[in-house]
Amino acid sequence: MQPTLELVDLSRLQFAATAMYHFLFVPLTLGLSWILVIMESVYVMTGKEIYRDMTRFWGKLFGINFAMGVTTGITMEFQFGTNWSYYSHYVGDVFGVPLAIEGLMAFFLESTFVGLFFFGWERLSKRQHLLVTFLVALGSNLSALWILIANGWMQNPVASVFNEATMRMELTSIADLIFNPVAQVKFVHTVAAGYVTGSLFVLGISAYYILRGRDRAFAQRSFAIAAGFGLASSLSVIVLGDESGYVTGDVQRMKLAAIESEWHTEKPPASFTLFGWPDEKTETTDYAIHIPYVLGLIATRSTDTPVEGIVDLRNANRQRIESGMLAYSALQDIKHGRATPLTRRVFEQHKHDLGYGLLLKKYTDNPAQATAQQIDRAAADTVPAIAPMFWSFRVMVGLGFFFLFLFGAAFYLCASRHSCDRPWLLKLALYSIPLPWLAAEFGWFVAEFGRQPWTISGILPTFLSTSSLSSGDLYFSLAGFIGFYTVLLIVELYLMFKYARLGPSSLSTGRYYFENVAMTPSGQEVLK
Amino acid sequence: MIFDYETLKVIWWLFVGILLIGFAVSDGFDMGVGTLLPILGKDDDERRIIINSVGATWEGNQVWFITAGGALFAAWPLVYAAAFSGFYIALLLVLFALFFRPVGFDYRSKLPNPRWRSAWDWGLFVGGTVPALVFGVAFGNLLLGVPFHYDDTMRVFYTGSFWQLLNPFALLSGVVSLSMLVMHGAVYLQMRTEGTIYKRAVLAAQIAAFIMLAGFAVAGVWVAYGIEGYRIISMPPANDVIVPAAKQVIKESGAWLDNYTTYPWMLFAPLLAFLGATFTVFLSRSGKPGTAFFTSGATITGIILTAGLSMFPFVMPSSSDPDSSLTAWDAVSSHGTLQVMFWVVLVFLPIVLAYTAWVYGILRGKITTQTIRDGNHTLY
Repeated sequence: MQPTLELVDLSRLQFAATAMYHFLFVPLTLGLSWILVIMESVYVMTGKEIYRDMTRFWGKLFGINFAMGVTTGITMEFQFGTNWSYYSHYVGDVFGVPLAIEGLMAFFLESTFVGLFFFGWERLSKRQHLLVTFLVALGSNLSALWILIANGWMQNPVASVFNEATMRMELTSIADLIFNPVAQVKFVHTVAAGYVTGSLFVLGISAYYILRGRDRAFAQRSFAIAAGFGLASSLSVIVLGDESGYVTGDVQRMKLAAIESEWHTEKPPASFTLFGWPDEKTETTDYAIHIPYVLGLIATRSTDTPVEGIVDLRNANRQRIESGMLAYSALQDIKHGRATPLTRRVFEQHKHDLGYGLLLKKYTDNPAQATAQQIDRAAADTVPAIAPMFWSFRVMVGLGFFFLFLFGAAFYLCASRHSCDRPWLLKLALYSIPLPWLAAEFGWFVAEFGRQPWTISGILPTFLSTSSLSSGDLYFSLAGFIGFYTVLLIVELYLMFKYARLGPSSLSTGRYYFENVAMTPSGQEVLK
Repeated sequence: MIFDYETLKVIWWLFVGILLIGFAVSDGFDMGVGTLLPILGKDDDERRIIINSVGATWEGNQVWFITAGGALFAAWPLVYAAAFSGFYIALLLVLFALFFRPVGFDYRSKLPNPRWRSAWDWGLFVGGTVPALVFGVAFGNLLLGVPFHYDDTMRVFYTGSFWQLLNPFALLSGVVSLSMLVMHGAVYLQMRTEGTIYKRAVLAAQIAAFIMLAGFAVAGVWVAYGIEGYRIISMPPANDVIVPAAKQVIKESGAWLDNYTTYPWMLFAPLLAFLGATFTVFLSRSGKPGTAFFTSGATITGIILTAGLSMFPFVMPSSSDPDSSLTAWDAVSSHGTLQVMFWVVLVFLPIVLAYTAWVYGILRGKITTQTIRDGNHTLY
């Protein structure tokens, strides 16, 4: 008995909601942790107390965010088991490996030292404390590495083989799993996006202090560090943009075609569609503005490799579905002890397409006997919805170039010894703080929505992956997650705004603005 | 070291045991402290002392839980899938309760408002108490067997309800688990505090230890005479690739004592639990909290091993389709994955233990009212 489509939709909604909530907190942790390392390194090298204050203050905001990252992260480790139990059985042998290593190698490191980061200032030497800060940053970034190795495998499932005796995928090479090219490009792209987030956070809040004319020395130094780190990061996030990862793996290629709304394979090198209006009925992109060669160059790093179009990929998928039907039929014989040597040979020949055969389970109980019409429907399912992919990607990329401009301007104006006080730039930095989050969420949407209809690309369809739960179970858990997370998010934002407004005065060192002003009854601030 | 499949299966039973015990011994006292927080701390200073006794280290301890989850996924994917989807509502309650801890610790003292602080104190209470209770209830249900079966594509179906998990035996297991962690938390508090909180912690440790001892003894008798255990009648060789349905299993009263009859040395586990708890009471009263914390950890180890050994090789027996029961022989990953993960654990677990010990060493010492006053803006 397969899960109902309602259950599948609710499970997907819950996974998307909890993952996207989690990723509201992760990128800031990834980026801010390195900024703390930079600030504290300057402190250790120069001995100037202001850098220690910077590390402590931005560390306070880091802590407020980190707590929510941990809260929403616990869910992710268990949700595969609770809501995606067939997935867990089917790929746990492979997918569980990076998840377990993440816990042992990275999350332990990050979590054990984060307490010492906050409470070890008086108990550790300068260098020891810097080491602790570094280990927190290293731990959180290693966490991202292993999670993206797991995620990269969902996009491009290398290093594994189907075992018909256990009815699951099994690991064949840990090295191939780790060095999966898709995982590698996703990792650098994702952490670079986190560094942009951390930088813009520090840049924007520092700009606010400069605009308000308080704690100038503190704010300008923070601004300068954020501008430098942000410039490097926004360059990396664009250069290491993971479009290059879309050429390996069939589902990745379909994703690329969907992002570009490229219906038919072009003669290489393909042009890049800057804008246009994808029309799924006519399978054309109207009003398109093309830039010649660009897509071919960035996606294939060559001028002669074609970037395949949606229609051609779908036709290829139709053939793989037919091949998958043979694999499915042979598998039934093997399972029921009817296998002849010939069936076994057929199975070995076609088993890499078994997942495509399973796509038919949505339309028939016995994929081996599917009609031509059912095969057409399953082939059509291998194309994700084009318009959301096309637009989300463009928003993300547009924001990426905007960040490059913003950090470039901030860095140039500060580094060239102009004063950093250009109000337009400061205001732009302040009001741009939310944008990296927007870009990151759109990026994940493109990556994961574009993977549909699969949980494991080409191996396991999404609609087969869930647990056998009732819709009622899902309504209960969805309400719980959304309710808890929303309340906690409001609390978090309240504290974040409060402490960000208060600034370094919250350290109670006696050196900062609010510790040296008094409020008049009319609400004005005067120096004590 | 390259092991055969059977050996690795046994090693992984041990590893999962070590991770669970590691979780219960380390994060267990954080949970116990959470339960005791609103009870032993009468005013804000006292509560901050209690919170800060675990504040800097609880986060690393919780990773034992996360890692145990990840290790189950990698090494026992069938258990990961069947247990978490079967105990769906129960696991959600644990997750929801755990949400209160990271934010509770970090946000509580960031605002001075007493109602804000009190709300988070109760949040930390829930974050400690609910998981401690539910883990015990879950263990109790594993001993009883859980109604689930597989179809021919290996899709698992849980056919019970949430409410039937709350049966008398499982609730008793929940009480044992909660009182065990409260005892552990109380002796930990003794180590890190002085004065009134210390005195209240001594009392709490005694009460918790007595409840736990009584509950553990009753549960033992219940397992021996009251509930049916599971026994494998036939199975392919343990070194083979085995699917759960390939074996034959019967339910029988007293079957959970089979291992203790065959291997009497295994009786060290319940003995460790009883002796450990007795020593803990004695040491806690005579002002040796450091040693008491050690014996209390031994008690936890004894209790978890008692349950684990009596079930071995079963991990999650099926009450509705006993042949589908999950065991250390057939709920496991492939030979290659178990081998890879063996190395990962062998390399990284000692490293984790080493730096954890270093961090605890740095942060040792009593938390007093003076500590709280001095660190008003930096402490939790």
